[in-house]
Amino acid sequence: MARHFDIRAQPGFRIAALFTFVALYLPIVTLVAYAFNADDSVTTWGGFSLRWFADAWGNVAVQDAAWRSLIIAVWAAAIATTAATMAALATTRTGPYRGLAFKYAFINQPLMVPEIVTAVALLIVFSQVKVWTGYSGLGYLILAHSAFCIPFAYLPIRARLESMDLTLERAAADLYATPWVTFRRVTLPLLRPGIIAGFMLAFVISLDDVVITEFVKSGGQDTLPTYMLGQLRRTVTPEVNAIATAFLALSVVLVTIFFFVNRRKT
Amino acid sequence: MASAAEIARQGRRDEIRSRWLLSAPALIIIFAAAIGPLFVMLLYSFMVRGDYGDVKFWQFSLDGWFSVLFERDIFDDTLQLADAHLSIVWRSIRLSFITTVFTLALGFPTAYFIATRPRHTREIWVFLVTIPFWTNLLIRTFAMQQVIRNEGILNSLLRFSGIIDEPLQIMHTDWAILFGMIYIYLPLMVLPLYASMEKLDFRLIEAGYDLYAGRMRVLRRIIIPLVSPGIIAGSILVFIPSLGAYVIPRVLGGGKNMMLGNLIELQFGAGRNWPLGAALSITLMVLVMLALLVYVRNASRSGVQHG
Repeated sequence: MARHFDIRAQPGFRIAALFTFVALYLPIVTLVAYAFNADDSVTTWGGFSLRWFADAWGNVAVQDAAWRSLIIAVWAAAIATTAATMAALATTRTGPYRGLAFKYAFINQPLMVPEIVTAVALLIVFSQVKVWTGYSGLGYLILAHSAFCIPFAYLPIRARLESMDLTLERAAADLYATPWVTFRRVTLPLLRPGIIAGFMLAFVISLDDVVITEFVKSGGQDTLPTYMLGQLRRTVTPEVNAIATAFLALSVVLVTIFFFVNRRKT
Repeated sequence: MASAAEIARQGRRDEIRSRWLLSAPALIIIFAAAIGPLFVMLLYSFMVRGDYGDVKFWQFSLDGWFSVLFERDIFDDTLQLADAHLSIVWRSIRLSFITTVFTLALGFPTAYFIATRPRHTREIWVFLVTIPFWTNLLIRTFAMQQVIRNEGILNSLLRFSGIIDEPLQIMHTDWAILFGMIYIYLPLMVLPLYASMEKLDFRLIEAGYDLYAGRMRVLRRIIIPLVSPGIIAGSILVFIPSLGAYVIPRVLGGGKNMMLGNLIELQFGAGRNWPLGAALSITLMVLVMLALLVYVRNASRSGVQHG
C-alpha cells in the first residue's frame, strides 16, 4: 500500500476536537445572536434590531453598575499591581532565604481557596466592621478585589523579572547610579511589559468577579455581574443578552491585546 | 573593627529586611481580605448561633460542627444523620468527578489535535481555547442556560431531527449543572494537557509503530504515560473549582439541586445558621486541600516542576 501512514493521527480525535470547538462557541454565539433580536423574548426570532442595546444603554441601573465595576476594577488592579510588583522584586533574583516559601504560599493563597469560602468569610468580617465603623462604601469591595487580584498580577511580573538581565543593573551601579535611580531608569523600564500584563490580568479578573462581590457589597452597590445575576431570577429579556454581549466584547478585546503583547515579547 | 565576614552578614541581614518591607503591602492586603477572615470564620464555627443570623459572641459550642453530620429530631430529640447535608456533599463530589471525566474525554483529543497542528497554526487554536476561558463565568453560564432550556437550541435541534417529540427538561436538574460545569471548565483541562503534549517526542510514537504496535497500543502505552502530568494537572484544575461551584448550580440547578457552595450560602441567608455555614465552608476548604495534596504528591513523584 502506498497510502501515507500518519503516525500522529489517532482515530476519532479530530472529530472530538472539532466538536469541542463547536461546543465552546455555540452557546456564546447563541447569546450574542439573541441580543440582536427584535422580539421581546429570548426564544423566538423576530428580526434584527439594536433596540436592546439602546435599552441597556439608557438604563440607569445598568449605567450605575457598569460605572461601579470600572471604578472597582481600576482601583483594585492598580493596588494589586503595585503590591505585586513590590512583592515580585522581593521574591526573585536571590538565593533562598528564610520566609521565601512562606511568602509564595501567602501570595498564592487566594488561588487555593474556593471563592465561596472566601466570600462568606469576608461577609462575616466586613459585616462586623461595617457595624463598628459605620462606613459602608466601596472600600470593602476594592480591598477584597485587590487581595484576589494580587496572585494574578504577580505571575507575569515575576516571570518577567526572572528572565531579566542582571548585568544592566550592575552596569548602572558601576556608573555610580544610586539604587533608586537604577530602579527608576533601568529596572522599571525593563519590567514594564510584565507590569502591563499583570495590570490587565488583574483588571479582567476584578471585572469578572461575581461571587465575592455578591457577598461583600452593601445595598445598592451592584456591579455589572451581580446586576446580571439579579436579573436572571426574573423573566429574561434580550436586554440581559445585550449587556452580556457588550461585556463579552470588552473581555475579548482585552484578552486579544494581552495575547499579542505577550507574543511580541517572546 | 568589624571583620569582612561581619560586614557581609550585616549586609545580608539588611537585604532580607528590605525584602520583607517590600513584600509587606501584598502580604497585608491578602491577610486583611483573605487569610485573616478565614481564621475569624474558624472561630465563628465554634460559637452559638444568633437568633437572626450572626453568632452570640464568646459563647462557644460545637453545634455548628455537629450539625454538619447530624440533626436532632424535632419531636423526640433523638439524633439522626443529616441526610440533606450529606446528600449535597455527595452530589458535589459526584458531579465534580463526572465533570472531570467528561472534560478529560473531550479535552484529551482536543489538546492532542492542537499539538499535532503545524507550529504556526497551533497558537491560533490555543487562542480559541483561551478566549472562553477569560470571558465572564456568569455570562457563559447564562449562555449555557439559553442552549439547554426547553425552548433552547439543543431541544429545537433534537425535535427538528425527530429524535424526541417533547422537549427534554434539562434545566433545574443535575444534568443542567453537569452541562454547565463541563462547558465552563473544559478550557482548564485543555490548556495543561496541551502544555504537556506540546513536548511530546513523536519519534517515540514512530518507534512504537515500527515495533508493530497498533494505534490503541501506542495511545495506551506511549502517549498517555508521557502526558500523565498534564492529565493530573488538568483533572485537579477542573475538580477543585467544580467542588466549590456556586454560580453554575445557582443559575442552572434551580433552588432544589444545590451543591456545597449553595448550601453554605443558604446558612448565611434564609438558614440563619452562621456556625453551620462556617463549619461547612471549612469542610469544603479541607476537601479542596486534600485534592491539592494528591496533586502535589503526584507531581513531585513524577518529577515535574510546579505548574
